Amino acid sequence: MAAISTPAAPGTFRYQLASFWKDFSASRGALVGMIFIACVMIVALLAPWMAPHDPAMQDRSALLVPPVWHAEGSWRYILGTDAVGRDILSRLIFGARYSLSISAMVVLISMAGGIFLGLLAGYFRGWVETVITRVMDVVLAFPSLLLALGLVAILSPGLTSAMIAIAVVQLPYFVRLTRASVIGEKNREYVIASRLAGAGHLRLMFNTLLPNCMAPLIVQATLSFSTAILDIAALGFLGMGVQPPTPEWGAMLANAREFMGSAYWAVTFPGLIILLTVLMINLMGDGLRDALDPKMKRS
Amino acid sequence: MALLDIEGLSVRFQTSSGLFPAVENVDIKVDRGEVWSIVGESGSGKSVAMLATMGLLPWTAEVTAERMLFDGQDLQRLGSRQRRRIVGGEMSMIFQEPMSSLNPCFTVGAQLDEMIKQHRGGTRRERHERALDLLAQVGIPDPARRIRAYPHQLSGGMSQRVMIAMAISCDPRLLIADEPTTALDVTIQAQILELLLRLQEEKGMALILITHDMGVVAETARNVIVQYAGRQVEKQEVRSLFAAPRHPYTEALLSALPERSGDADRLPTIPGVVPGQHDRPTGCLFNPRCRYVTEHCREVAPIPAADDPAHTLCHYPLNDPQAATPPDGLSPRSQQQDDNPEVRP
Amino acid sequence: MLKFVLVKLAQLVPTFIGVTIVAFAFIRLLPGDPILLMAGERGLTPERYAKLQAEYGFDRPLIVQYWDFLKGLLHGDLGNSLVTHSSVVNEFFSRFPATLELSIFALAFAVIIGLPAGVIAAIRRGRTLDHTIVGISLTGYSMPIFWWGLLLIMFFSGTLGWTPVSGRISFMYFIQPVTGFMTIDTLLAGNWDAFLSALHHLILPAIVLGTIPLAVIARQTRSSMLEVLGEDYVRTARAKGLSNFRVIMVHALRNALISVVTVIGLQVGLLLAGAILTETIFSWPGIGKWMIDAISRRDYPSVQGGLVLIAFLVMIVNLLVDVAYGVINPRIRH
Repeated sequence: MAAISTPAAPGTFRYQLASFWKDFSASRGALVGMIFIACVMIVALLAPWMAPHDPAMQDRSALLVPPVWHAEGSWRYILGTDAVGRDILSRLIFGARYSLSISAMVVLISMAGGIFLGLLAGYFRGWVETVITRVMDVVLAFPSLLLALGLVAILSPGLTSAMIAIAVVQLPYFVRLTRASVIGEKNREYVIASRLAGAGHLRLMFNTLLPNCMAPLIVQATLSFSTAILDIAALGFLGMGVQPPTPEWGAMLANAREFMGSAYWAVTFPGLIILLTVLMINLMGDGLRDALDPKMKRS
Repeated sequence: MALLDIEGLSVRFQTSSGLFPAVENVDIKVDRGEVWSIVGESGSGKSVAMLATMGLLPWTAEVTAERMLFDGQDLQRLGSRQRRRIVGGEMSMIFQEPMSSLNPCFTVGAQLDEMIKQHRGGTRRERHERALDLLAQVGIPDPARRIRAYPHQLSGGMSQRVMIAMAISCDPRLLIADEPTTALDVTIQAQILELLLRLQEEKGMALILITHDMGVVAETARNVIVQYAGRQVEKQEVRSLFAAPRHPYTEALLSALPERSGDADRLPTIPGVVPGQHDRPTGCLFNPRCRYVTEHCREVAPIPAADDPAHTLCHYPLNDPQAATPPDGLSPRSQQQDDNPEVRP
Repeated sequence: MLKFVLVKLAQLVPTFIGVTIVAFAFIRLLPGDPILLMAGERGLTPERYAKLQAEYGFDRPLIVQYWDFLKGLLHGDLGNSLVTHSSVVNEFFSRFPATLELSIFALAFAVIIGLPAGVIAAIRRGRTLDHTIVGISLTGYSMPIFWWGLLLIMFFSGTLGWTPVSGRISFMYFIQPVTGFMTIDTLLAGNWDAFLSALHHLILPAIVLGTIPLAVIARQTRSSMLEVLGEDYVRTARAKGLSNFRVIMVHALRNALISVVTVIGLQVGLLLAGAILTETIFSWPGIGKWMIDAISRRDYPSVQGGLVLIAFLVMIVNLLVDVAYGVINPRIRH
């Protein structure tokens, strides 16, 4: 932050960073979102030290204990316990690890794949482009969650399958975006200059074109991140994602479902944390879009 | 009684860095059947003043005026319903970009019909007849076919003709044309101006022509207002304006005309641009670009002399009809004005 | 116009072929021998194995198998369910109206609330009402709808006892399916109470399923209205002396709708994805729940058939959206 307060010369990375920060921090929502997500990340990283209990520990003497503000609640289990006596707060804290890391992996996989395919399609055009866009159209023809479910069915339910399935479902958005920006940038002077200077295909694609197409991709990555959290939780909820007893947020909801009449807290908190995380990422994404990409800017 | 009588019109825009005065203290009085022209570069607030009169500015604009009468009715006091009866019906306006001024989703006929229905009514059949008649009046070939066209199927010139047809459809008494030819090809420009003047004469309506082109002024108007940075700097009958411009800005605009620059290799230009929100000079707003500028101009804002029929907003008006002082000399009256205690700081 | 539709249709052919290949590959991609997988843990005699292999044609070359699959598809034959042994196509279409009815109500809910909310937010730009609408729609957009459904059930069915928890209609009524739409069938049967019961059962699932589309529609309407309100032709409309209402609802909205309709069309795929979750929560007997059941029962022919048919539906809806786009946007039509 100290680096940002000192003015930097235009054109330098520091200047770009400073002007980005100025636009980004102009939106209060974006800042709140970023701080919240940073907190969740820290909590996830420090889970073993932050969580009051072992997330798998079953306290048979404390089944479905309500949160602390109820008369029957206690400080021992601040957000109450679930049907087998596990501490909900600890499970939420450990659940953050799964949700964030799986979603981050999803975004990395689909972004890397999408950028590669999109670069190929936009750079070479012709039949390469036709094949890639057609395949992506096919992927888009299936409702995302359904395709993910189908893929999970093939790969057998579990963490890795869920991750791959959701990455595949997100792939077309990155491909389309990269392809569109590459086509837009390809005939600009700096690219032509670089080609005349003798740059090869790979160098042109990854060193010249890609950095100039990154802004919309970063925005899309945040959107994908929030979608991935939702989809992972949905798969977990349907019993097709992370398998119990892993404390994943969606799976926690599924387990708590049959007790929703008697123990609202077991249902409310996992959902609330999903909603808040997704909402904050989306807030941050809106701010990023406004700051990074004037073309995508919505008034 | 004048048809349009405006005094002391000011428009200020709310911006993130405070209020920006786009128009300050503008007066305009137009009689029935008169042709007026408002000239000035982009950013001089010509359009804003007229949009304010029409009530077309967004809510960020703050419009104030000492007097704002149309045919004796106070535009500032009228309810929105009565005001809408005047806007479009009695006083209508055409704009700079004809292609984007027509709604792309409706046919030419539907957009004409809507206007006629709003202000004149009549049966569907009568309105259709009138629309066809109007299209013929503005010189659109094959109106029966064009009436079903969508705006994207028309050229710029055609679109402007449709806009004109729409504007005159309810026989307004005042037509405001905001740079009607700026976006058009040069050959079309003359046709559109001719059309406007012909319609003005035939229908006996008043016409206010906003332009930045002194050439257009020379061909059309009888009276001219010169505006700079939101202020009126000079107001004259067209012939005397061309013969003896009073304000240095007018003189500069005139000398930029190719006809006037004689055999010079390059056209003279006015250095600099109209000041915006953040670079407003002190004193006379024109002083950074004025070739006659003095220290006094930089410090004190001028006001027009009471006895000056041209209302020149300058400390040292040119071509003084009484004194006939050369422009480089200081006229005695101007010096008198310097000592005037009413001079605004 | 006809030409426009035909061109769009022709463009769909490659995607359609791709979808059939994906569905065809589906069973063959399953790890292990598909026959053994389908037989489950019951075990198979060698004769039955050979019989099944011949029945599914797994002993023939892939390209022949694909050809047979395509032929079957064109004749409306997608094989039989392993669980019920009835035709997958019949199973699908007997459940489809339930999903369609739910989706229509959800989309109607989303449009009826989302569109005006977006318009109002745009008109009141920057004021409290705008911020409120933007905030609510962003929350709706971020909503995990499976949780949202549970929350609404807990409150409206649990605490207040206003709405039923699951199903399409009370067990008290038996309605002969005619159209498959419970709301229409009850009216056709002239049973007013049953109709109310059907509506009662629809409300919560429709709200849950409609929440994300509502948020998306409100956001899109707001941003395209803001864009359109700054256009020259809106100024022209005001200069005509039209009422504010007419300027906004006719001149601005008509143009803003062009992009809103596209976005509404894109919601259909999302609706079907959402239907899977919503139907699971509310035990709604539609294709979403059917697909989930098929996946968890490892009823692979049903999953395969469901994938093809749903992709098909999404493609048809997208085509209709393209056509609608052409109808409301004169620049495309001509």
